[in-house]
Amino acid sequence: MIAAFSSIETLFYLAALIAIIASLKVVTQKNTVHALLYLVVSLLAVAVCFYLMGAPFAAGLEVIVYAGAILVLFVFAIMMFGLKDDETKYAPQSKGLTIWVGPCLLAISLLIALLISLDNAEIQHQLSATVISSKEVGILLYGPYLLAVEIASFLLLAGLIAGYHYAKPDAQGGHL
Amino acid sequence: MMPEMIWKLIEISIIIALLIPMAAMLVWVERRMIGIWQDRLGPNRVGPFGILQSFADLLKILGKEDWIPPFSEKLIFTLAPIIGAVCVLMSFAVIPFSPDIGVSDLNIGLLFFLAMASLAVYSVVLAGWASNSKYALLGGMRAAAQTVSYEVFMGLSVMGVVLLSGSFNLREVVLAQSEGWFIQSQFIGCFVFLVAGIAESHRLPFDLPEAETELTAGFHTEYSGLKFALFFLGEYLGVTLISAMSVVLFFGGWLMPAPLDSWLPPLVWFIFKIAFFILFFILLRTSLPRPRFDQLLKFGWLVMLPLALFNLLATAFLKLMGVL
Repeated sequence: MIAAFSSIETLFYLAALIAIIASLKVVTQKNTVHALLYLVVSLLAVAVCFYLMGAPFAAGLEVIVYAGAILVLFVFAIMMFGLKDDETKYAPQSKGLTIWVGPCLLAISLLIALLISLDNAEIQHQLSATVISSKEVGILLYGPYLLAVEIASFLLLAGLIAGYHYAKPDAQGGHL
Repeated sequence: MMPEMIWKLIEISIIIALLIPMAAMLVWVERRMIGIWQDRLGPNRVGPFGILQSFADLLKILGKEDWIPPFSEKLIFTLAPIIGAVCVLMSFAVIPFSPDIGVSDLNIGLLFFLAMASLAVYSVVLAGWASNSKYALLGGMRAAAQTVSYEVFMGLSVMGVVLLSGSFNLREVVLAQSEGWFIQSQFIGCFVFLVAGIAESHRLPFDLPEAETELTAGFHTEYSGLKFALFFLGEYLGVTLISAMSVVLFFGGWLMPAPLDSWLPPLVWFIFKIAFFILFFILLRTSLPRPRFDQLLKFGWLVMLPLALFNLLATAFLKLMGVL
């Protein structure tokens, strides 16, 4: 039992390490498509983390929605516009260190919070002990969080209508 | 290492060792069956009834130069066919072949299948992009649009099954059908799933990413040798996978048809049903013309999406009313 637990922990840290390295690669790659592929790897690694923490439903959705649909659209757009090498001279990285400071501070505070929670034995126990099934997620979404779901769906509908409006040909009243 | 883990590894290797030669044999089955349906003989020279044709094809492909074009993006060019074959093979992990054969009883088995299906599109898209050629790029872009659209209906069409069985676990889906297969009530869902499945594995009539009359060979124009073989393998494994999934979701998996007694082992029933669907897909290939690309997308969003939504709503309604 103890051996199995420690191996799950090892797997978790391995996946987390892959996620971190891949995410770093996303922002340092010069080739846009390579950067996107690293983002896919990072999302897959995060999905593995979710799965190991007892949230298989979230893991599945992470792969289907993010890696499987949204990033395919990103790749599609990059292929359409024929982008190859990132235009480094216009990228914010080259505009001095000042622009890094804010995000770095935010990320460091997030890291500290994460370290504290990882150090906490009780949180550790909760993370590894409970498995959240898709049924529980559904009951929560359509129970206490119904309003949030409805608001999100309204937002998506608005986006859909706007997209439809922009994509219409000029003759039918669309304009871009 | 723990003994059950070793058994699992052996089981996995046996399943893979049977699946891959079977997918290769399908090339011969397909050509031979099309020949028979079109009143000609088909490949019948190599071995009895031409049964060794696939073996000859394999030898030929291995003997070809595995060429990577100098203008291509080498790493991704090599990676693309591997992604395709691996994603399809991974999906077989959640398929329950019989009451006690099957790699994993994942509690999100159906979601895992959908996730692998949506990851498999990277193979085609990246192949199209990395080839750095116009035909391949056009094929890759068509594949991206087609797969992302048809994924939506595929996901929606199986939700009726999830509603009825109350589980994402494919083994439980099969067991929930012991009183009657889901095709009885889910015929619309099954139709949408089959159409979306053909579109996902981009076979004729939905083979627009590789439409050879307009795009040379589409996304695999620049591929040869072993990498081309991997694409081919992925395609035939995809056909097998979609057949297996339709059987598991709508046709009772390994369960035998109700009036018959259990005089055949469950695995044999499962293989019979899969073979039926594979032949059905081959027959579709020979009999339907390829639509235009805009027609394909229009058909998807204007016909398949409303059908899938209607099926889901009707199933939910009937389930609430206690009819199903």
